[in-house]
Amino acid sequence: MKLIFERSTPGHCSDYLPKSDVEKAPRPEKFLRKAKWMLPEVAEVEAARHYKELADQTFGVVSGFYPLGSCTMKYNPRLNERVASFPGFTNIHPLQPKDTVKGCQAVIDLADEMLCAVTGMDKITIQPAAGAHGEFLGLLLMKAYFDHHGQTQRTKMLVPDAAHGTNPASAVMVGFDVVNIPSNANGCVDVEALKNALGDDTAGLMLTNPNTLGLFDPQILEITSLVHEAGGLCYYDGANLNAIMGQVRPGDMGFDVIHLNLHKTFSTPHGGGGPGSGAVGCKDILKPYLPSSFLGKDERPEHSVGQVRSFYGNFGVVVRALTYMLTLGAEGMREASQTAVLNANYLMHLLKDVFPVAYDHICMHEFVLTLADIKKETGISALDVAKGLLDFGMHPPTMYFPLIVPEALMLEPTETESRQSLIDAAEKYKLVKEKIYSAPDELRNAPLTTYIGRPDEVKAARNPILRYEE
Amino acid sequence: MAGYIPSTSDERQLMLEELGMKDYKDLYVDVPASVLLDELPGVAKGISEMEAETAMRAMAEMNVLYPTVLRGAGIYDHYIPSIVDTVAGKEEFVTAYTPYQAEISQGVLQSIFEYQTMICELTGMDASNASVYDGASAAAEGSMMCLKRNRNVVYVADNANPETIETIKTYAYGRDVKVEMLSSKKGVIDVNVLEDALCDEAACLFVQQPNFYGLIEDIEAIADKVHNKGAKLIVGCYPTALGMLESPGALGADIATGDGQPLGIPMGYGGPTVGFMATKKAMVRQLPGRIVGQTTDSRGGRAFVLTLQAREQHIRREKASSNICSNQALCALRAGVYMAVMGKKGLSEAAELSYDKAHYLAKRLCEIPGIKMVYDGPYFNEFMTTLPVDAAQIEKALHKVGILSGLPVDGGMLWCVTEKATKEALDLTVQTVRGAVSK
Repeated sequence: MKLIFERSTPGHCSDYLPKSDVEKAPRPEKFLRKAKWMLPEVAEVEAARHYKELADQTFGVVSGFYPLGSCTMKYNPRLNERVASFPGFTNIHPLQPKDTVKGCQAVIDLADEMLCAVTGMDKITIQPAAGAHGEFLGLLLMKAYFDHHGQTQRTKMLVPDAAHGTNPASAVMVGFDVVNIPSNANGCVDVEALKNALGDDTAGLMLTNPNTLGLFDPQILEITSLVHEAGGLCYYDGANLNAIMGQVRPGDMGFDVIHLNLHKTFSTPHGGGGPGSGAVGCKDILKPYLPSSFLGKDERPEHSVGQVRSFYGNFGVVVRALTYMLTLGAEGMREASQTAVLNANYLMHLLKDVFPVAYDHICMHEFVLTLADIKKETGISALDVAKGLLDFGMHPPTMYFPLIVPEALMLEPTETESRQSLIDAAEKYKLVKEKIYSAPDELRNAPLTTYIGRPDEVKAARNPILRYEE
Repeated sequence: MAGYIPSTSDERQLMLEELGMKDYKDLYVDVPASVLLDELPGVAKGISEMEAETAMRAMAEMNVLYPTVLRGAGIYDHYIPSIVDTVAGKEEFVTAYTPYQAEISQGVLQSIFEYQTMICELTGMDASNASVYDGASAAAEGSMMCLKRNRNVVYVADNANPETIETIKTYAYGRDVKVEMLSSKKGVIDVNVLEDALCDEAACLFVQQPNFYGLIEDIEAIADKVHNKGAKLIVGCYPTALGMLESPGALGADIATGDGQPLGIPMGYGGPTVGFMATKKAMVRQLPGRIVGQTTDSRGGRAFVLTLQAREQHIRREKASSNICSNQALCALRAGVYMAVMGKKGLSEAAELSYDKAHYLAKRLCEIPGIKMVYDGPYFNEFMTTLPVDAAQIEKALHKVGILSGLPVDGGMLWCVTEKATKEALDLTVQTVRGAVSK
């Protein structure tokens, strides 16, 4: 389809702003814009049709089954969108006098209280804008803690090999050296390897539990106490919290600091990549290091790390998450996580005989298939299968992650799918499986029914075209 | 049915039985019994949608809405065309994930490609990423892009927004990088001493255009001096001002960053907004975050994909240029729609109206005894005045007539005017301030 620039015609525009009602002030000639530049010139109807067409070429949770592992693509309740658009939330300046923003403060305080109850933490900050941003802040708190306690030799951050890629990347941004901890045969932390890695130089361990294989590590209490005994701190990557919301709290498992992805567990929409919210929770020992807004004049904790962005965070996302938490309540949260785990196990059960499961064990909110043997046998890869699923109107699973599983497909159905939709999805997986043997070329060329065929990614990277030019 | 689960408890019981399980506890056998909860304490019972809406509305109504906002300092009350809301409210855009599956995500990918192009045009740069969190984190990420082994000192102009300065310092603390503040003189950077102020290890200088006090910096002269020292120049810009002022790219900046909030995103108590980042060709591979590129598909047509992913955390892990994963895509979409429908003409109008109205207010305020401009250089739509009385007094008096005053700062008040302020509101401001001062 056309780019908005290709729909442009000189002179097309709309009048959004009034004529000036004040005198024209002298212009700073030296600084005025003189170099040539362009923006589209379109009438509003042309823009409206353009974006309608773009929306039609976008697959969202409302479009169909979206079992993208580790992303928790649950239904995004419409109420949350309505509430977030109340003018009393949208038209508020962040630097208004404190007594004129009591409602915003109430939202933040109540979200803090409820998220602390869910995570077993003592304090929440909503400043980080996304999960990775939360990891960055959480690790900064740890660094500040060790600096303040004169333990600057603690530079090693232990990260399991199954971890999300953001974990090691965040650790580096905080100056830690990453030490990879291998998984054992069961897909959980190799405790012996962990013991060997622990020492006076350990800053801490970053762990997601359930892990990215969808397995809850039963050794968790031993793991966190080993880290504590070595003088380190435990970081909980909350990306997978949807499995355990209301069932078990990271605080009780021995974690000191945690980030949450409000855009996963707490149902706020992903928006094609954001905005999310990476709220960070911590135990009392890390409270003195929390961030604050400089201009917002929030009370700055004594040894604050500063701030990781402007103002208070993605407030509008927190409004949505709070609405969700109020609606669900304690029982609803437990029901959501139980159903998410039930749905994952049910789908795994349905698919077990179609594609091999990487770790055949009760899973949590997600599970991982491996097509390594199929690839060896037929040459058809996980990518081919994923692309084949597109022709059945479904969003494929996460591909090639976690890295420790070859030819991985990772499925997370979430609680907002019915039994029937899981059965229907499994049927389509079976049809794709059959194609591996009956029509392998069709899979190699898949998808056939989408707006575009497979894009040439190598060409895109080798010869980058990153903007439109006339 | 409870919450948003599309199955009854009977159906779920059936599913458990099909799995050979008795109840939910069987799903959680790996959780140590000592920490497994039977109930979640500290969280109230769930409520209906109607009750939840009422509860949230009550909180929204505890906030004060100002018909006129004369406060900026990072968040600006610009007019938002209604179509921006319509487009950004389309469910497909709202509920999609990061476009990993290009074949069913062309809409999102193309909208980002268009956004990247418009950001490049606005800033005079060659390449933009798909967005980062906000203007402050964009400035911090931009600073980190410039680090090299022998160039590891980041300079920041002391007249930048304090929120941005704090954020750069925090990112630098993480990487054990030294941050030096560059002192301004009479509100702006003193170009004559700039070269001497930078050390040989200077990686970059971050300046804000217009700066925190609303003053216009001489970017071209600054760029020359910074480049003479072998360092990079990062300019944090107010996008609306670029409807009138020369782009940082045309003036020699290496990286342009900023907060896209003025481009169709409501103030929203400071977030979500969108951070933009753009750079020249030479530094494209140092850009953090998602980037969309154009390619062809198997049928020979044009297609868009996430590209240059070898920079990113999910491929490179600890060797990535940044840890960023989620960005602010839906806000970037808003900015894209805003720029598309406003066009150069609309954006220039917003800039010129803001400029003229700010100068009108400044002139009228300075007629009041005891109020004068703190700095005399050219400014865009923010300016700082002295006050003959306590700032709180002015704030309170304007509050009573539905006007959010300028921001109280050391030495006076930092005012901001956008196209939304009418002459009538500005006259009322002057009249009210005059009254408060003479009391």
